[in-house]
Amino acid sequence: MISELFTMTVLIGILSSGVRLATPYLYASIGETFGQRSGVLNLGVEGQMLLGAFTAFYVAMNTGSLWLGVLAAMIVGAVMGLAMAFVTVNLHAQQGISGIGFYLFGLGMSDLLFQKMMGTVRTVQGFPKIGIPFLSDIPGIGDIFFNHNILVYGAYLLVLVAWFVLNKTNLGLKIRAVGENPDAADSLGVSVARVRYFTIILGGTLSGVAGASLSIALLNVFQQNMTSGLGFIAVALVYFGAWRPFGVLIGALLFSMVNSLQLWIQVLGVPIPSEIAVMMPYVLTILVLVATVSKVRAPSALTKPFEREE
Amino acid sequence: MTESTSIKQKMPIRIRVEPRLNENPAWYPPLVSFGALIVALILGGILITLAGGDALRSYQHIAKASFGDIGVLSDTIVKATPIILAALACSVAFRMKLWNIGAEGQFIMGAWGASAVVLTSVLPVDTSRWVFIPVMMLAGMAMGAAWGFIPGYLKAKFNVNEIISTLMLNYVAVAWVNFWIFGVWTEGGFQMSPKFPDGASLPRLLEFAKIFPAVRGLTTHLGLLIGIVAAVILWLIVFRSRWGYEIRLIGDNPQAAQYAGINITQNTIWVMMLSGALAGLGGMSEISGVVHRLQTAPIAAGYGFTGIIVAWLAKLNPLVIIFVSILFGALILAGREIQPSGVPKMIQGIILVCLIASDFLLRYRIVISREEE
Repeated sequence: MISELFTMTVLIGILSSGVRLATPYLYASIGETFGQRSGVLNLGVEGQMLLGAFTAFYVAMNTGSLWLGVLAAMIVGAVMGLAMAFVTVNLHAQQGISGIGFYLFGLGMSDLLFQKMMGTVRTVQGFPKIGIPFLSDIPGIGDIFFNHNILVYGAYLLVLVAWFVLNKTNLGLKIRAVGENPDAADSLGVSVARVRYFTIILGGTLSGVAGASLSIALLNVFQQNMTSGLGFIAVALVYFGAWRPFGVLIGALLFSMVNSLQLWIQVLGVPIPSEIAVMMPYVLTILVLVATVSKVRAPSALTKPFEREE
Repeated sequence: MTESTSIKQKMPIRIRVEPRLNENPAWYPPLVSFGALIVALILGGILITLAGGDALRSYQHIAKASFGDIGVLSDTIVKATPIILAALACSVAFRMKLWNIGAEGQFIMGAWGASAVVLTSVLPVDTSRWVFIPVMMLAGMAMGAAWGFIPGYLKAKFNVNEIISTLMLNYVAVAWVNFWIFGVWTEGGFQMSPKFPDGASLPRLLEFAKIFPAVRGLTTHLGLLIGIVAAVILWLIVFRSRWGYEIRLIGDNPQAAQYAGINITQNTIWVMMLSGALAGLGGMSEISGVVHRLQTAPIAAGYGFTGIIVAWLAKLNPLVIIFVSILFGALILAGREIQPSGVPKMIQGIILVCLIASDFLLRYRIVISREEE
């Protein structure tokens, strides 16, 4: 049965769903990267994703428009981001703990809304696959990379955009300055509060999209607690990727490939306990943190509220 | 209209925020926490109403279903018991500003450790309760401590962020327990272990119904006593021992602690282990007092996360934790029956955010003054 794992079809299947499953990680982690580069740890991603997933599903189901669903999820994520920004920037709250509060809120609220407004698990016709002309015809490669739905392509594009914004634009410079040395940034006239509001709301918006990508592009259902820890892994991926978009990309792919492998192992009935496979990504994250911690440095002001010296 | 604007122009009101320089009076922090709780319940009520529910009835239901009579009060206390231990676990780590988000995983591993004593037949099935229970307690604490040791050691030696490592270990713990109950200890293919022998369960009040008829049907178990004793011991450690002094000093002022020659590295590891042991004890108490078999859902029910809220609401004071836990036990108990079921988690989330936000009022004061031009 092990040999079945290595037939060409299965291998392509694993890689293809790995590429697809990286989508929610990418949206959420790239959003989180912006927040952390500006010095704010948002642990509420999981809650934002859940509410985003529900909203996207509900709106898409009732309006028939998937894009309206995505938009609604973005708005909900942004509003939660706004609340998070107020609590962390203006009220100087301890970020790890308040993030858990936002997580519990999103977990409970999405459940409450689901039961009040839908009641039963339903399915929706999600975003269709779009084969990229010519490229999707390449045997193997085409199926792995160029035959996915639009939100999957968007996630990979986002990595490029994030890299460009963070490293090549004035805005990116401000974000990094605020995360490394808020006092200096402030004395140069950069509003620390405004930059952080921007990054946290952006992070919330992207977490909303991450949730939407689950409920109307990948799984096409909404269930209670359907993210089951995805949002927390997304936060860990930022550490894993050493606060760089391409590092995050590698981490997200690694995680999704392991997920995908584990799904196929279950499908094929390979006699490896699936719980061991489930553990692997989490253990791997910790090991990578240990291995990289001496080489890469977190943004100096991460989790530290900014207070202007007067 | 014009008059009022002109008045406003004459006396614009300016709101400023200033750091508090003096210590807050003793009544002030509890008042602020209480205020935050009220604000959270109002916000939660608004959201329930917007979602199409009946907020007032939800809250009434929580009160009645949790404190209505001695029977439900006992059930409330049963729910509060694991929260007490999880919150104690969080409180001691938070005291040192170690953000242990992993009480959940340590709790689960504690439950696993206690179960292993029963399920691997280390002790014969007919072992006396007075041997079984202490051994299970030790095993639960040891597994919890081990699960706390990992992030503690990684933090102390490699400066690995404990928030991330403890979070990841929560998921590993769930997978670990699943591995054992799906395969090794499964009962007839179900995802649970066989039921424990009577000797492996904590004594419950209802067992004394022959002597005191009043306690008939009450499920409150010895875990409550374990929790209270643990709270008292932890209070003594934190406020009356040299170690507690070191923990508090590291938390309040790590530089000063360093100058005073306190070993922060070692304390990080020990405190994480103590924190894990307390959470593990909570897992043992739940498995031996309530569930009576190893099963994932009732063990990984979020007690570790509720513990974070309770610890914060109790201002990390071990004795206050006991009472706050009972309030949250009520919320969770009522949540079992309340429809829709998301309400308790949602309310917990809002409470936590409001509480953390309200800390701002302890550190700053809001000054409303009339601006002189």
